[in-house]
Amino acid sequence: MGEQFFFYIFAAITVVAILLMIINNNPIASAMCLVFAFFALSALYVLLHAPFVAIMQVLVYAGAIMVLFVFVIMMLRLRPEDLVVDRWNAKNLLLGGIGVFFVVVVIQVLRHIPLLAFQPVDPHFGSPEEVGRLIFGKYMIPFELISVTLLVALVGVVVLGKKEKS
Amino acid sequence: MLTIILKILIPFLIIFNIIPLLIWLERKGCAYIQDRPGPNRASIFGLRLGGVLHALADVVKLMTKEDITPTHVSRPYYTMAPFMALTVACITFAVIPFGEPLVIDGAPFYLQAAHLDVGILYILAMSSLGVFGVMLAGWSANNKYALLGGLRSSAQMCSYEISMGLALLSVVLMGGSLDLNILSLNQTANPLYWNFIRMPLACLIFVTAAFAETNRLPFDLPEGESEIVGYHVEYSSMKFAMFFMAEYAHMIIASALIVLLFFGGWQVPFLPTSLLRENAEMGLFILIMGNGILFMLLGLFLVSKFKKGKYGDRRDFEVLVLGVPLSIVGLGLALLALLHGAFDLGALGSQIFAAFVQFSVFLGKVLFCCWFFIWVRWTLPRFRYDQVMHLGWKIMVPLGMVNLLVYSVALLWV
Repeated sequence: MGEQFFFYIFAAITVVAILLMIINNNPIASAMCLVFAFFALSALYVLLHAPFVAIMQVLVYAGAIMVLFVFVIMMLRLRPEDLVVDRWNAKNLLLGGIGVFFVVVVIQVLRHIPLLAFQPVDPHFGSPEEVGRLIFGKYMIPFELISVTLLVALVGVVVLGKKEKS
Repeated sequence: MLTIILKILIPFLIIFNIIPLLIWLERKGCAYIQDRPGPNRASIFGLRLGGVLHALADVVKLMTKEDITPTHVSRPYYTMAPFMALTVACITFAVIPFGEPLVIDGAPFYLQAAHLDVGILYILAMSSLGVFGVMLAGWSANNKYALLGGLRSSAQMCSYEISMGLALLSVVLMGGSLDLNILSLNQTANPLYWNFIRMPLACLIFVTAAFAETNRLPFDLPEGESEIVGYHVEYSSMKFAMFFMAEYAHMIIASALIVLLFFGGWQVPFLPTSLLRENAEMGLFILIMGNGILFMLLGLFLVSKFKKGKYGDRRDFEVLVLGVPLSIVGLGLALLALLHGAFDLGALGSQIFAAFVQFSVFLGKVLFCCWFFIWVRWTLPRFRYDQVMHLGWKIMVPLGMVNLLVYSVALLWV
C-alpha cells in the first residue's frame, strides 16, 4: 500500500515537472524543473528496487549534466526579446492534436497488454555488484562502444567549437 | 516511528550545534595563530566565557539586519539559492554512521538515519548538487562580478569532485563495499590498519579535494573576501547567514567523511566493539569516575585562579561561576560512581554504552578534523584561480589515477 502511494506521488511530480519544463518560457526555469523531475524519477527507480541506478541518476544526470546545461544557459545571457512566446495558431493546434492522438494510442496499447505472472527478483537485484557484473560481463562490448562514442563526441565538440583563426 | 524521527532530528541538531562552536573556534583559533587574543568582549551579566558569546552576538546581528532584496535580481532563484546550499549540506548527514549497528532482537539497528547500500555514492551525489546553489546564487544576483564568481566557484567544485571520486575509489576497492558502515568496520580498531596508513596518497588527495570542495582556503578565491568579489555579494542578513552556515556545514560533512574513510570512523583506538560491549559495566564505572575526578580537578584549578581585584569589575567572579559548579558536579559524579557500586546493564545497555563511547570518539575526531581545516586556513596563503585549476586537472587527476592503478594491481596480484 505504501509503495503504491509513493509511486503515484512521484509519478505525478515527474509528469508535472516535465510539463512545466516544456511549457516554460525561461530556459533557466526549464532547467530547474528538469532537475526536479530527475529527482522524482530517481525516486521511481528506488521503488523499482534499483538503488544504484537511482543514485547514478542524481549524481550524473542531475548533478553533472544539468550543471553543464545551466552553465551554458547562464553564459548565453539571453535578453527577454530573444525568448519567443509561442502563440495559439493553426500549426500549434495541429501539432497538439497529433500529440493527443499519440497519447490515446499509447493508452490503448497499454490497456491491452496481457499481464504475465511476475517473478520476484532476488535480493541483490539492483546492487552495484549485479550492475557491475552485467556491465563488465554480458554487456561489455556495448559499454566500450558507448565510451568510444562519448570520446568522439567530446573531441568533435572541441574541434567544432574552436574559433577560426582567420 | 519515534526512532525514525529521532534519527532525522539528531544529525540535524548536531550540525546546528556544532556550527556556532566552529565559528567561535575559527575566530579564537585564527587569533591565537596570529598572536592576538581574539574577540573577548561580548558578555552576559559580566561573564565573558572566552568569547563564546560572540557566536550568539553574530546570530542576533545577522537576524536583525535589514534583509535587502535588490530589485534587479531574479526573485525565485535569489531566495532559493542559499536554501539549496544549506539543505544539501544537511541531508548529506543522513548516511553518516555514528557507531557500530546495535543488535536488537536479532535484527541490526543502524545508527544512521538512512541505511543505504550505496552510501558513498549518495554523498558524492549530494556534493554534485551543492554546485547548483552556488551557481544560482551567482547568476540570480544579476551582477557581472557575482556571475563570474559563481562560475569560478562551480568550476572549481566540479574539477575537484573528480579527484575526490578517484581517491574514494581506492578506499572502496580495499574496503570492498560502498556502505559506510562496512568501510568503517573494515578499518579495525588498531590504528595501524586505518586507511590513512594503508593508502596515504589517497588520503592526501581526498583531504586536498575536500578543501577545494568546501571552498575553503587555500582554495578560497571564489569567495575571497578581501581580494575579489564573490558570488554572495548581493546577499544580506539572513540569506548571507545561510551561506555562512552552509560553508560550515559543508566543512563538518567533509570532516566527517575524512574521519569515516581514513581515520577509522567511529572505531575507538585499540578498543574493538566486542571488548567495549563485554566490559560495559566496568567501562561505565571508569567513565563516570574519571569524568568526576576530571571535573573536580578542573573546577578546583579554576577556583584557585580567583583573585579579587584583578580586573576591578564583575570579571573577577567569572572563574568562580565556572569553577564552583564544575567542582560540585565532579564531586557528585565521583560520589555517584563510588556509592552506586556495580552497574547492571544487560545486553542492550552494554550495546548502548559501546555506541555512546563510539559516538563520542567520532565527534571528537570530527572536531579535530574541523580544527585542522581552520588551522590550515590561517596558515597557508590563497591560491590564484589558474593555479587552482592547474593543480586540480594536471596534478591531482593523474595522481588519483595512478593511485587507483596501484591499488587495483595490488588487489589482483597480492
